[in-house]
Amino acid sequence: MAPIARLLLLMLLSAALSISSGSGDGFSINGRVRIPQGLGTKGFALPGKTSNVKVILNGGQIVTYLRPDGYFSFQNIPAGTHLIEVAAIGYFFSPVRVDVSARNPGKVQAALTENRRGLSELVLEPLKDEQYYEIREPFSIMNVVKSPMGLMMGFMVVVVFLMPKLVENMDPEEMRRAQEEMRSQGVPSLASLLPGGGRN
Amino acid sequence: MAIRSFLLFLLCFYSSLSPVLSLYEDQVGLMDWHQQYIGKVKQAVFSTQKTGRRRVIVSTEENVIASLDLRHGEIFWRHLFGSNDAIDGIDIGLGKYVITLSSGGSILRSWNLPDGQMVWESFLQGPKHSKSFLLVPTNMKIEKDNAIVVFSNGGLHAVSCIDGEVLWKKDFEAESFEVQKVINPPGSDLIYVVGFAASSQFEMYQINARNGELLKHESATFSSGFLREVSLVSSDTIVALDSTGSILLTISFQNGEISFQQTPISNLYEEFSGPAVIIPSSVPGIFAIKTNAVTIFIRVIGEGKLEVVEKTNHEIAVSDALPISEGQQAFALIQNAGSEIHLAVKLAHDWDTNLLKESIKMDQQRGLVHKVFINNYIRTDRSHGFRVLIVMEDHSLLLLQQGLIVWSREDGLASIIDVTTSELPLERDGVSVAKVEHSLFEWLKGHMLKLKGTLMLASPEDVAAIQSMRLKSSEKSKMTRDHNGFRKLLIVLTRARKLFALHTGDGRIVWSHLLRSLHKSEACLSPIGLNLYQWQVPHHHAMDENPSVLVISRCGPSSDAPGVLSFVDTYTGKELSSVSLSHDVAQVIPLPYTDSTEQRLHLLIDSDKHAHLYPKTSEALNIFKHEFSNIYWYSVEGHNGIIKGHVLKCKCTGDMAKDFCFDTRELWSVVFPSDSEKIIATVTRKLNEVVHTQAKVIADQDVMYKYISKNLLFVATVAPKGSGEVGSVTPEESWLAAYLIDTVTGRILHRVTHHGAQGPVHAVFSENWVVYHYFNLRAHRYEMSVIEIYDQSRADNKDVWKLVLGKHNLTSPISLFSRPEVITKSQSYFFTHSVKAIAVTSTAKGITSKQLLIGTIGDQVLALDKRFLDPRRSVNPTQAEKEEGMIPLTDSLPIIPQSYVTHALRVECLRGILTVPAKLESTTLVFAHGVDLFFTQLAPSRTYDSLTEDFNYALLLITIVALVAAIFVTWRLSERKELQDKWR
Repeated sequence: MAPIARLLLLMLLSAALSISSGSGDGFSINGRVRIPQGLGTKGFALPGKTSNVKVILNGGQIVTYLRPDGYFSFQNIPAGTHLIEVAAIGYFFSPVRVDVSARNPGKVQAALTENRRGLSELVLEPLKDEQYYEIREPFSIMNVVKSPMGLMMGFMVVVVFLMPKLVENMDPEEMRRAQEEMRSQGVPSLASLLPGGGRN
Repeated sequence: MAIRSFLLFLLCFYSSLSPVLSLYEDQVGLMDWHQQYIGKVKQAVFSTQKTGRRRVIVSTEENVIASLDLRHGEIFWRHLFGSNDAIDGIDIGLGKYVITLSSGGSILRSWNLPDGQMVWESFLQGPKHSKSFLLVPTNMKIEKDNAIVVFSNGGLHAVSCIDGEVLWKKDFEAESFEVQKVINPPGSDLIYVVGFAASSQFEMYQINARNGELLKHESATFSSGFLREVSLVSSDTIVALDSTGSILLTISFQNGEISFQQTPISNLYEEFSGPAVIIPSSVPGIFAIKTNAVTIFIRVIGEGKLEVVEKTNHEIAVSDALPISEGQQAFALIQNAGSEIHLAVKLAHDWDTNLLKESIKMDQQRGLVHKVFINNYIRTDRSHGFRVLIVMEDHSLLLLQQGLIVWSREDGLASIIDVTTSELPLERDGVSVAKVEHSLFEWLKGHMLKLKGTLMLASPEDVAAIQSMRLKSSEKSKMTRDHNGFRKLLIVLTRARKLFALHTGDGRIVWSHLLRSLHKSEACLSPIGLNLYQWQVPHHHAMDENPSVLVISRCGPSSDAPGVLSFVDTYTGKELSSVSLSHDVAQVIPLPYTDSTEQRLHLLIDSDKHAHLYPKTSEALNIFKHEFSNIYWYSVEGHNGIIKGHVLKCKCTGDMAKDFCFDTRELWSVVFPSDSEKIIATVTRKLNEVVHTQAKVIADQDVMYKYISKNLLFVATVAPKGSGEVGSVTPEESWLAAYLIDTVTGRILHRVTHHGAQGPVHAVFSENWVVYHYFNLRAHRYEMSVIEIYDQSRADNKDVWKLVLGKHNLTSPISLFSRPEVITKSQSYFFTHSVKAIAVTSTAKGITSKQLLIGTIGDQVLALDKRFLDPRRSVNPTQAEKEEGMIPLTDSLPIIPQSYVTHALRVECLRGILTVPAKLESTTLVFAHGVDLFFTQLAPSRTYDSLTEDFNYALLLITIVALVAAIFVTWRLSERKELQDKWR
């Protein structure tokens, strides 16, 4: 029972992959590129515009374009393992490995090479859309505050306004003690602040 | 410790930022420019319907099909076919589809005329290869379907115009049948296929266009044979030449009856001598033959009678016939006469009257007219007007109308062979004084706008104003040298033997020059441009001289054809001189020596292994003799897998004995076994690359010394089976070997084999590392590997005491003959895309970190930090390595969309990437060329040595003013407070 089921599955797969033995000297690979509508709305290629999408076999051996419905086909392909790449501005497509078997023309496989995911049918979808430009962040107060200038200003504000307040709130006796302590220790040298200065 | 960790944090913070080159969308066009071309036009079809925009569809030799605006010459849309998918024919079907036939007639595609979307694609198969013809009859209907008739692969196909279905097919089995014309007489349902079989047989097939049924097949024999070109003079008559090229044959096949008429050319033209050729055309009643630079127009007057109508010595170009009204056909004839071209539009049956006769002044640098296409329009007074599209010798495309050049396109730039750069003239006092800022108010206004822009307060109009202000800034397109070295001239040699100088600021053409010395002549039949070299770069001694470049070319396609040298001034584009060589040029070696006028010495090696020195001056000879024994070079013989090293021996002996010719001697050779290895790539370092330091400080204060030698050669070989395309071999029978070879001694310093790998290999060599890209058949992904080579002999120089006491070997002479102690480190990573070209950024002093520039299959250029290709990367870097900025190892290289230097643009058919250092250390100039051109500036480690273009000077000023004001205010306040305290 199990082998039969596997055979059935295999047949189903091959039918969906639509790699057929063409007339004459080779096979043909038929597939489809589908760009989901959700993607690419802020991209550079207009959504659904497929006229500039190229489908490339084996690094430039054959280049073809898409029909309006997204289908493409390669003819006269010899048996073997092939690589299909899709070049579309604004989208990142994984190359696809396609095996065309000569011995039994039905047995074929396709898999994305980026994540090794097998494809049951040759429908190529972008893995992600590509944003070629940095996006300018809108003006906000937080950005100014976070910038080095802003931090400097913030520190100055703290020193100018909060420090006197702290000094004022201090107990006068405690203050006197602290001052005396400092006098007895001497002025802290710069060296003691540096790393390694503590060692000597 | 805290400070240390803080520093570490900062470092990590910056290193995480730095790989991103990042460009804001409104910065496009600020530093970069992009130009789109199509190549030399092969065929043009006009689409001038009353509705819609007027356009012309062209197919080119770069396998481009494009729709151009007839008013301005701009590209509406454009598609580039694969490199072996040459376009055989184009036409317009049903007024809304562009039909293209390509790949030797096996692929028929239909494109939507307004937007260039492919509508259908059809594959035509047949028994054999043959010439292919595309015919789109205007009103041939088969079952309500408009049909396209295609002859290709030895069969005649009728294809539906709507969906590309093959309606019927007729194969021509006859083995030797060579089709010459496929004719569909207007208004009839018949198709005639005529051609030659064997060498002396004329064949005619008459076919019913509705169903492909063969109605009649006739053949006739003409004993002395035919030349292959024919000219169609009416729908049932063709003119051919006999095999000697001296007798004209008028072949008529009216009603399926073949009849010959012979006319010796000498009967028509007394001075005739030597063979003639037919200029292929299809003008009814008229044809042209060419003999000994004389072109003769001959009219056919019924029943095979011929009559000479005109003889001309000028080079001519004839268009096809254009039906203008009922029964009338017009054609355009262009004669080149020196600096002018004479355009005549005539009616096909009336030679003597001209519908139009114009003389147009033509730029001499465009050469001769090669092709003419004619189109007509109806003027307001109902008379006919004509516009003519011409293709020139330099591949440019021009539209002529009413005696004027309406627009022109420099499409020669689509086929660049070689690129070099040249400095611009220095800015001299009084020559071009820097313009004082127009007015303070304008300046302030500009900066206020910019401020608004950065604070995101600008309205869309303001944004547009900022954009245009930035683009207009004249600073970048000045014709003088600038302080930062951003402004240069790109000197470009195209396949049309034309030199262009492009300004790096905005990409405009500064001058262009068609090389006269490479003109077709008796001595030099088909000259081909090969290479460009910098001949003279005035630096210190010869400041008053203009820089010049050396153009090397040869007469003819075979590699042993004699060479031609031309020297071109890069400021003016004038050809200073040219030399026709008696020997061929197999290899050119620019030597690192210059004479007193800063002319660089070049050594030209011919195929007999003689070396010729240029320039041929005694001074050059003296310099050369001094360095005679220090000159080594190598040659790669790819076909038999041998790499040889050579050295100079003595002056030429034998009859070639001259002062500037030298015999050479083979020093070493590396022979690769031909049954297991085939050389597919060799790469060396760029000659002008600057290396900042030999030492590389690695984590834990250790130092490694880079093995830096100008004489390293990277060679990649593959199994002979695996030299084909991806997918042609199994992993078991393919491997790739990478070698590092010293080209002075022939010593193999390193060899590594990648099993299950396959070409094509693209590699780049810089400093002490090489990066190469190949295909891994086991994982079925592309891979990139890096090899770094380090010098071990100086590894023990780390001890300070040794340096102090002088016990180091830093001053010991480096000789390539001593066995180098080197170690190599390498690592491999997956890379997603196929690659068309790889380059590396180069900067003036070599301090700035490097980026790889990878031209991907999608015709984009990706910048990838060299840090990603560091063989010391590991999965878990130690704390020290992290501090150094090492990236944890990943199995594949990241593709960050923001680091595409071409951002959202494509450089169609990318062929090469050139990087040139600017004077500013942080910046490198990048020029990518293919059918399109793209130029930009890159700062691989950001512009650390200058303020960026969008630095806000106004904000700085305002801050300073505000601070000063604050000081005054607080001073006053504190004074007042003090006073109050005193009063208290």
